Amino acid sequence: MTNLALPREDGAPSSGLGAALRHARYILRDNAVTGFAFALFVLIVLAALFGPYLVPYDPLASDTAAALKPPSLAHWFGTDQLGRDVFSRVIVATRLDFLIAVTSVALVFFMGGLAGVAAGFFGGWTDRIVGRVADTVMAFPLFVLAMGIVAALGNTVQNIILATAIVNFPLYARVARAEANVRREAGFVQAARLSGNGEVRILLGQILPNIMPIMVVQMSLTMGYAILNAAGLSFIGLGVRPPTAEWGIMVAEGAAFMVSGEWWIAFFPGAALMIAVFCFNLLGDGLRDIVDPQRRT
Amino acid sequence: MKRREFLKSMTALAAGGALPAPAIWSPARAQARQETLLIVSESGPNNIDIHGVGTNVPGYEVSWNCYDRLISHEMKTLANGVQYYERDKFKMELADDMKVGDMSVTFTLKKNATFHDGTPVTAKDVKWSLDRAVTVGGFPTFQMGAGSLTKPEQFVVVDDRTIRVDFLRKDRLTLPDLAVIVPCVLNSELVKKHASEKDPWGLEYTKLNSAGSGAYRVVSWNAGTEVVFERNDKWAGGALPKVRRIIWRMVPSAGNRRALLERGDADISYDLPNKDFVELKDSGKLNIVSTPYSNGIQYIGMNVKNPPFDNLKVRQAVAYALPYQKIMDAVLFGLAKPMFGAAPGAATEVIWPQPHHYNTDIGKAKALLVEAGYPNGFETTLSFDLGFAGVNEPICVLTQESLAQIGIKCTINKIPGATWRTELNKKVLPLYTNVFSGWLDYPEYFFIWCYHGKNSIFNTMSYQSKEMDGFIDAAVTAAAEGDKTSYAKNVREFVDLAFVDIPRIPLYQPYVNVAMQKNVSGYQYWFHRRLDYRALAKG
Amino acid sequence: MLRMICKRMLIAVPSLIGVVIITFLLTRALPGDPAAYFAGPAATKEAIEQIRTKLGLDQPLYRQFVRYVSDLARGDLGNSLTTGQPVGYEIRTRLPASAELTLLGLLLSMLIAVPLGILAATRPNSLIDHACRVIATAGVSLPVFFTGLILVYVFYYLLGWAPPPLGRLDVFFSPPPHITGFYLVDSMIAGDGELFLASLKQLILPALTLGIFSLAPIARMTRASMLAVLASDFVRTARASGLAPFTVVITYAFRNAMLPVVTTLGMVFSFLLGANVLVEKVFAWPGIGSFAVEALIASDFAPLQGFVLTMAVMYVALNLMIDILYGAIDPRVRIEA
Repeated sequence: MTNLALPREDGAPSSGLGAALRHARYILRDNAVTGFAFALFVLIVLAALFGPYLVPYDPLASDTAAALKPPSLAHWFGTDQLGRDVFSRVIVATRLDFLIAVTSVALVFFMGGLAGVAAGFFGGWTDRIVGRVADTVMAFPLFVLAMGIVAALGNTVQNIILATAIVNFPLYARVARAEANVRREAGFVQAARLSGNGEVRILLGQILPNIMPIMVVQMSLTMGYAILNAAGLSFIGLGVRPPTAEWGIMVAEGAAFMVSGEWWIAFFPGAALMIAVFCFNLLGDGLRDIVDPQRRT
Repeated sequence: MKRREFLKSMTALAAGGALPAPAIWSPARAQARQETLLIVSESGPNNIDIHGVGTNVPGYEVSWNCYDRLISHEMKTLANGVQYYERDKFKMELADDMKVGDMSVTFTLKKNATFHDGTPVTAKDVKWSLDRAVTVGGFPTFQMGAGSLTKPEQFVVVDDRTIRVDFLRKDRLTLPDLAVIVPCVLNSELVKKHASEKDPWGLEYTKLNSAGSGAYRVVSWNAGTEVVFERNDKWAGGALPKVRRIIWRMVPSAGNRRALLERGDADISYDLPNKDFVELKDSGKLNIVSTPYSNGIQYIGMNVKNPPFDNLKVRQAVAYALPYQKIMDAVLFGLAKPMFGAAPGAATEVIWPQPHHYNTDIGKAKALLVEAGYPNGFETTLSFDLGFAGVNEPICVLTQESLAQIGIKCTINKIPGATWRTELNKKVLPLYTNVFSGWLDYPEYFFIWCYHGKNSIFNTMSYQSKEMDGFIDAAVTAAAEGDKTSYAKNVREFVDLAFVDIPRIPLYQPYVNVAMQKNVSGYQYWFHRRLDYRALAKG
Repeated sequence: MLRMICKRMLIAVPSLIGVVIITFLLTRALPGDPAAYFAGPAATKEAIEQIRTKLGLDQPLYRQFVRYVSDLARGDLGNSLTTGQPVGYEIRTRLPASAELTLLGLLLSMLIAVPLGILAATRPNSLIDHACRVIATAGVSLPVFFTGLILVYVFYYLLGWAPPPLGRLDVFFSPPPHITGFYLVDSMIAGDGELFLASLKQLILPALTLGIFSLAPIARMTRASMLAVLASDFVRTARASGLAPFTVVITYAFRNAMLPVVTTLGMVFSFLLGANVLVEKVFAWPGIGSFAVEALIASDFAPLQGFVLTMAVMYVALNLMIDILYGAIDPRVRIEA
């Protein structure tokens, strides 16, 4: 397509990847916090990918003789009640929690995002049905619904992911619907129609990519929520099965030891959890700034 | 103007209340605190009548303290100073006098025994209550049956103050069964007033109201929050209790319960993790009393009807692969009696529980598994009751790890407390951990329920052995007839067989741990392991 | 206005029906067996089957549903197995406990979040703006039960400032005579200052826990809304007229910016009502959340169904109220609708 942007004075590219990166760097410089969040995100991804190969101890190996030891040179984060190394478990848990976050978000994007976009684009009965389903789900107390789903289907990681996705469905459906609605009669859509594209093709090829930026912001926020949801479920007893290392269940188990002074069992997974969720939330903000500065909150 | 003034006064009030000072009670409240005992536990009763449908274990505690029985047990003092119930010595509670005949026993009621509403306790009330216990079904009837008390015809009113219980057969367990919680005496006239055609025994009324003659009565019950008791100053069943008012509060978080005890805001709790008990004892701030469960063990059970655990060698392999000592150290912190690792030459005693000779020996376990025909091990599930996750979960994690060493890969299966019994009763779980204890502290009692071919629900392993049945039946008969030699011989035989066939692997005998403020005394250990408020004192 | 209310209620009906059906199916899908639970630990197979017939659980699913709906029409929500009380009674007594806690939490949250949002809006992109964002986000990044436990540990166990986490009242106080069910309100009506203070003391920590969790959405919404309003014409006029900055921001801008904040409050409130199950567990709060969790763990159908239905109805009513409130505050909305 023709480059319609005005030529820049310094001769740098005014569109394409170079321009986008420059724009991003401009936003980040202006907003150090977002830059920090990006760096943290990269760190988390690295820990998730390579962590399990680099940890000093087997996260599942118990050693009752060394149980409940405070942080030391041998065990950086101390040991838990069964003698397992807390540091190793926290790092290995990164992978599971990251997996939970990413999968939940991907699932809800497909379910809610597609449903919402279809509702906003086609209108009529699709809109009404999706709207009703979303309203019904929203009417439930969401955490209890998640608990109910996991209790009914069994507490496996898959069901936790499914429960998180279902609980977030209305939100995604709403956002996607609103965005699709706005772009329904936009110029480029009409042009695509005129070119002979079918409605579904327009939906998937034109609308969806255009709402991606907004959705990505939402997805980043939901990643944090997914991890907190899993932690809450573990506290009730409906989380992952032992002896899996997962931040939420480590916090839930370690909380009982706080009163007797073994603070490290809950503190380090709790801090990791907080940092991760914090990072995802800030990331969402930063992405929103880059994508649509008007919507900053 | 008005609005601004209102806002100002509200701010002042909020500011005043928002800075809570350490609790400074008014003198009236301080005195009330001294006369009241505060008990905290994780959960409370769902019904205060033990005859009720689906009454949970905390409900038994209410029944024990608010109702009397014909007889109870005397107390003896153990070497460590703890008051322990005397299994073989009965104490008169509602009855003044007990005459044991050949096929019956006759009780004369105390003259001054009255119910909480003042009406005297008569033999008619006793008969109505005992009839109720054997008729309502469920757990109460089941427990009565354990002592051969099954038909209302067995209970005969001789006169206003005399009642006779006829035996169905000679059974050593009949008399002790009359002293357990279930055969409590209710105020029959009061309850009958609230009965209906659909509810002839008045269960709906007694669910919410105590209608007994016991040392305490329920003044208020807020389900899930608290139960408040007040002393019955006219109690005739024994010495008047020292504590006037008892409040039993439910506090779900164990960490909070511990904090409450340590700060002196609660008086008694027995629902804490073992680790907390050990630390509290070491810190010396509280009185910690630990007593072994009478007639109870925590065990690993296996379904012996289905492969692979129908193979004796597989079971023995598991018995040699369990991490016994690790469990004692990391899960129980030493607060239990080991039921493993008996010396190989030690003679079997005539008691239960007693330790078996298996101990952790991975090499032996591996060899046995190969002999059994599973050189590469197998996969299975290891289930436990989530209601007692504090102990069960680490046991299962350690067991899973240990069994993995000999090739048995276990998936841990957490089953919620409410569903646990159902799952267990289906008798399909291949491998699981559970605890069982019997109120009547006799070896044959335990074995009837857990090993006999009658396949009661407590025989969770579906174990069937004609030999075992023979020994158990012989022991029961010997006990009824008073034949000590035959009894001892048969007990030794069935214990030995239980360890040779090893359908269930005892791990340890749990302790009942109670934490009390230093100024609280009078704790008594009872077979039901719940608190008896009647001997407690404060200050 | 009336037409709008009727229209909204009609739209809500299919959702409520959906909620009833889904809850029914979900509870039946739970792994527990109430008949076995009811029958007790020593029941034989026959005893369990007897109880199952008595409870009507041996009927096919659609018959059970019909029975449930007809009971519901009569206002009978069934009985709870875990507490042994009728569900309607439990919900009536426990709902005020949760509502009081949630409202106080929301109030605390607003007291912190709204000024923070205003401050951030008046100084966009400054250090304060970033600090506001960081604080708000930090609050929502920790699991709410963890925050609660830490607060108990620090303020009760270590410092002794907070009262023991024993629920709504210390053991030696009896609740005030029941008028609204809110202890704070009822004790004020009864004129019992000591009781009021005692209830307030017990409320502080759990309300704070909830408040920390709800800081983020309120602070952000306030900030965004204020930013939009501060850029509008009438504010520029007010500034140009020489009014003091405080007057401009608070008296003029803030009042107009409150609208979206009110909507957010409504959303946050209904979210918190469902989410305070965890807080109630930590603080032994006899609220509707802990009731629901216990019922779920015990596979107790009736309380779960009753709880979810109550929450759904409250959610619909709340949204309706907010819409009406919106219409009352902003005539433009009313006229358009």
